[in-house]
This record gives sequence, structure tokens and C-alpha cells, in this order.
Amino acid sequence: MHEMSLIAGLFEILEEKAREHKARSVTAVRLRVGKLSGAVPELLVTAFDMYKKGTLAEEASLETLAVLVKVRCRACGLEFEVDDYVFHCPACEAADLEILSGTDLLVESIELETGDEAPA
Amino acid sequence: MKRKDVAVYEDILKTNVAAAAEVRRRFRERGVLVVNLMSSPGAGKTTLLERLIDRLSPPGRLAVIEGDIETERDAERIRAKGVPAWQIQTGGACHLEAKMIGRLLEELPSDLDFLFIENVGNLVCPAAFDLGESLRVVLLSVPEGDDKPKKYPKAFLTAQVLVLSKTDLVGLLPFDPERARGEALEVNPSLDVFRVSALTGEGLDDLIAYLHRARAGLAAEDGRHA
Repeated sequence: MHEMSLIAGLFEILEEKAREHKARSVTAVRLRVGKLSGAVPELLVTAFDMYKKGTLAEEASLETLAVLVKVRCRACGLEFEVDDYVFHCPACEAADLEILSGTDLLVESIELETGDEAPA
Repeated sequence: MKRKDVAVYEDILKTNVAAAAEVRRRFRERGVLVVNLMSSPGAGKTTLLERLIDRLSPPGRLAVIEGDIETERDAERIRAKGVPAWQIQTGGACHLEAKMIGRLLEELPSDLDFLFIENVGNLVCPAAFDLGESLRVVLLSVPEGDDKPKKYPKAFLTAQVLVLSKTDLVGLLPFDPERARGEALEVNPSLDVFRVSALTGEGLDDLIAYLHRARAGLAAEDGRHA
């Protein structure tokens, strides 16, 4: 279970963004979880809920969005989804594929609470 | 109170990615091939290292970093061979991270050809963390079974080399090396696959020749980018 280490990385981003926007807290986090990211969405949520206590995101919930593995064949250009871990092009049999999505853990967006002051 | 949505699009591993890039740059500069060895516990990583140390020449130009949850045992085995070894005890963490390697940068000898990093025995978590290696090697041992590549795809997808280890047990156990190889190549068609037995010595010379070529390739790459 390395989800706790991953969540520590997420909190570095939350703190950075909160500082940047002069926010007092983070109230929601949306995370894109690639099917080949090596992380389990449910465990990320558990780790998030443990980690957030006493932090600026104490009241926040983590929403995970599953991202499928999409690739492009460098030989024939076909773009397709890999759902059985077979990294061969179904059209031309080539094995030289570029992975387009599905390996990352990306913070898509967050919701911040910024206080009462009027906008400048 | 006001609430606002902020688009972020940042990788939560970005700190590790940056630390790994720095480790990679520093070692490439010195011409050191850094190898990250990954497998489940007991697949034979330390024994493979012992055999590589016996045969890699010149023997004085390599070092080893051992990652384990507890104990110095693996580092002691390597030191017994006369090779400098650093033990990282993660104290419970299931993988190594690039910053742990970065902290050792200044301590390591500067005149190395090879640095082997033996990751924590675990076929899942280490796969998500780039350590700044130039070569990722995954071991799959005969007793584990030939069906593992698709069960643990990330380790096989992110490696450049697969070592099928303990091949002296082929025939004694229901393990089909061709099935293991075929399944791994479905996950990662560009894997270079070696059959190795630390007991009989099968495949060790081929693997060593490959490591020397990979190290020579580092210099060639740097030449191109210069």
C-alpha cells in the first residue's frame, strides 16, 4: 500500500495551490486515476481521509475519476483502448505504441475557500 | 466565505519525478549505469547481485543500495563481497523513492561504472516510483508462477529487462518459461528477456554483456545530446 505516499504528494500540491490563491482551506479534490497508475481509487480515498485530519483539507472529500488506458500505434496511427494489458495494435499487429493516457495520477481540479474579502 | 474551483492538472508524483530527473542527470554525467531491481520478496534479487558482482569486471567500480523494510542483512551480504553497500531501511514503507537515493549521492564513490539499487521486495508499489535509474529490471522467479505479468502489469510495463530467475527449477515446477515470456511481452513488447539461474550460472554472461552495452549506450546517448 503506497497510497499514503501518493497522498503526501497530493497534499504538497494542495498546500501550494492554497498559498497561491490565498485560500484558507480546500473543500474538494478531483483526482484522475489512471488504470495503469498502480494506485487503487478506494485506497486513495481511505488514505486521503486519514491524512487530511488537522490539515487545510480537513473538510474536503476526494473524488476519483477512472482514466482508461489509451494508446496510439506509431506504425498505422490507430488510437485504441487497452483493457486487457495486451499492448499490440489490433489493426496492424505493431507493438510500437505511444501511451496517451491511463498511467498518471493527475489532480484535475480543487475547490478552495478563500475568505470574505471583496475581489480587488 | 467564497468558494472557487481551480483547475490544476498536476501529477501527484511530480516531486518524485523531479527528484528522479536530478538523480538520473547526476549519474549520467558520471557515466554510471543505475539499475533498479524490482521483484516480489524472495525472487532472488540479492543472490543475482552476488553473482553479478562475482563476474562483473572490473569489480571495484560498482556499488549497491539495498532497500528493505528492516535489517541490514542484504547490505551485509554485498559488503561480504568487498563491494560498498548502503542499506535504506524504510521502516514500513513498501517502496523506495527518488529522494532517498538523492540523499546518498554525495556519499557514493565518484568513480563507479554501475550502481545497483535493490528495491523493497514488492511487485506492486515500487513500480510507481522512478528512482532516477537508467535501467529497470524486473525479476520473476520460477516458483512464483508464469501467470504474474498480467496480474502485476505496471512492474512489467515500466521495465526494460525481465529476468526469469531460478530457471534451474524449470521442469520441477509447473512453470512454462515461454508462457511467462509471452505474457510479459504482451504487456511490454520491448522487454529484453533473460533466463537466469544463479545456481548453475545460466544466462549470467548474457545479462552481464547486456549491462555493459547499456552502460556504453549511456555515453553514446550523451554524445548525441551534447
